[in-house]
Amino acid sequence: MQLQAFAVAVYVIWFRELKKYFRERTRLAAMLGQPLLYLLIMGQGLRTIFQLNIEGFDYLSFMYPGVVAMTILFTSMFASVSIIWDREFGFLKEVLVAPVPRSAIAVGKALGGSTTALLQGTILLILAPLAGLTLSANAVIQILPLLFLLAFAITSFGTMVAAHTESMEGFHMIMNFIIVPLFLLSGAFFPIGTAPEWMQALMKLNPVAYGVDALRNIMFTDSPAKDFIVYYPLAYDVLVLIVFSAVMVTLSMLAFNRIE
Amino acid sequence: MIQVENLTKKFKDFTAVDAISFAVGAGEFFGFLGPNGAGKTTTIKILATLLRPTRGTARVNGYDVIREATAVRRSIGMVFQDPSLDDRLTARENLELHAMLYGVPRREIAPRMAELLELVGLADRQRDLVRKFSGGMKRRLEIARGLLHRPGVLFLDEPTVGLDPQTRNHIWEYIGGIRKNEGATVFLTTHYIEEAEACDRVGIIDHGKIIALDTPAALKAAVNADVITLQAEAPGEAVRAIREQLGLRAVLTDGVIHVPAGNGAGERLVPRLAAAVPALTALSIRKPTLEDVFLHLTGRAIREETAGALDRMREVRRASARRGG
Repeated sequence: MQLQAFAVAVYVIWFRELKKYFRERTRLAAMLGQPLLYLLIMGQGLRTIFQLNIEGFDYLSFMYPGVVAMTILFTSMFASVSIIWDREFGFLKEVLVAPVPRSAIAVGKALGGSTTALLQGTILLILAPLAGLTLSANAVIQILPLLFLLAFAITSFGTMVAAHTESMEGFHMIMNFIIVPLFLLSGAFFPIGTAPEWMQALMKLNPVAYGVDALRNIMFTDSPAKDFIVYYPLAYDVLVLIVFSAVMVTLSMLAFNRIE
Repeated sequence: MIQVENLTKKFKDFTAVDAISFAVGAGEFFGFLGPNGAGKTTTIKILATLLRPTRGTARVNGYDVIREATAVRRSIGMVFQDPSLDDRLTARENLELHAMLYGVPRREIAPRMAELLELVGLADRQRDLVRKFSGGMKRRLEIARGLLHRPGVLFLDEPTVGLDPQTRNHIWEYIGGIRKNEGATVFLTTHYIEEAEACDRVGIIDHGKIIALDTPAALKAAVNADVITLQAEAPGEAVRAIREQLGLRAVLTDGVIHVPAGNGAGERLVPRLAAAVPALTALSIRKPTLEDVFLHLTGRAIREETAGALDRMREVRRASARRGG
């Protein structure tokens, strides 16, 4: 009975997240426009400066997996921001008073956020040729579950932070302090190996870096540059993301159970 | 339906609810009247299992709010002070999600929704997005949603706060209809006198304590006085004149002078007051209301206290909702 109520509540929250996603066209456009800007402007601008010195390997291709991961990062975090507003003035109050376990909110939110992020990421994959990449069907089949996993990890993390935050202002502060470093230290724009020692240590703690690395693992399996730009085996990347997700979703479930 | 004993809630050093006890019977329309910050919402939140009491016990529909929280939640309907609808979904979708969360059997959902949408006058708007609704329509939809799973007790926390008087009356017409048709026990909090007058019984709450609890008629009878108010160009002098010439203790609040008058004595006092007070500008006499009961018990008027952070956020939200149409 309790398990059924849990499942229903997860479904309700997930369903609501998707409904809202498809109704908000402007958000959809903004979330897609941003990575395009990065690829077209920043990528084009930086490609002349960054020389990877690898025959037939372009900076744009190097940056592309990073931009995909960035889109996942922003979409996922965005999904978790709404929790704070919702808890005080919105639908979450309705769920908090309903006869369902509150921990279901954490899971429903994480699944909803990851589903929308996955959709967003999928659309970005179509842009791969812009970065001079062709993705095989096999690669796409591996990339999609990976994007879902990365999105799940980040949304659970964001949800955990949101569950502990009282005000909207507080959350924005924290998010600026978290999102930007996660993004800059993900290895999206420069290879981990070129960074100074201390920065490399930080990058090892960044879950997004493992997402970027995993994407490069898949996208550049046959590339001559693989040894230079990929740091960990794919299985290791995935394992880190799974463990991180499990810890974060557990923490946010506990946080919601404690909410008064 | 509700039994509360010795219920206390402290937030750090602040005691929001101070050892209150009361009971609400089946089918009763019960109201909590008091100023903002008196402890009304805190009490409702405890009864709805959203807050844990510091001390004391509370049972709702026979279930303990601490040990049997899920059973309590299944058996109550809740309408919060602030909207808790999803305004990017339609009215119908909001009700459907609620039905799922409360495990309403699938074949009962459609007829029950139709019945309630009819009852709150939103049947023809059910497929519209809630964000296009006015404040009053949202409120009505929330009330319908609270009743969807046939709760034993419906909680209405300041159901008309922030609405204009006309909309408030309108909402009350619907609440009257619900009282007739649904037969649920209703627990209402309000700081509007007129709303409390409509209840079967009213608890007057101030600084976390219930200072009186009875039917509105009995509460007013206890004041046992007509209410005479008057205004004068020199209020201070007028108060002194009333005290010296008539031997009555008049009270001055916000430029208005209140004179206590035992039952029946009011009419005889009026001409004498008119004669005693120099430069009289206004004089009125009426039967007591619950406002006077509150004034009589606390020496203060029920009025809006300074807005907290949450109230300001509410204001911003309302303002942006208005702009958004």
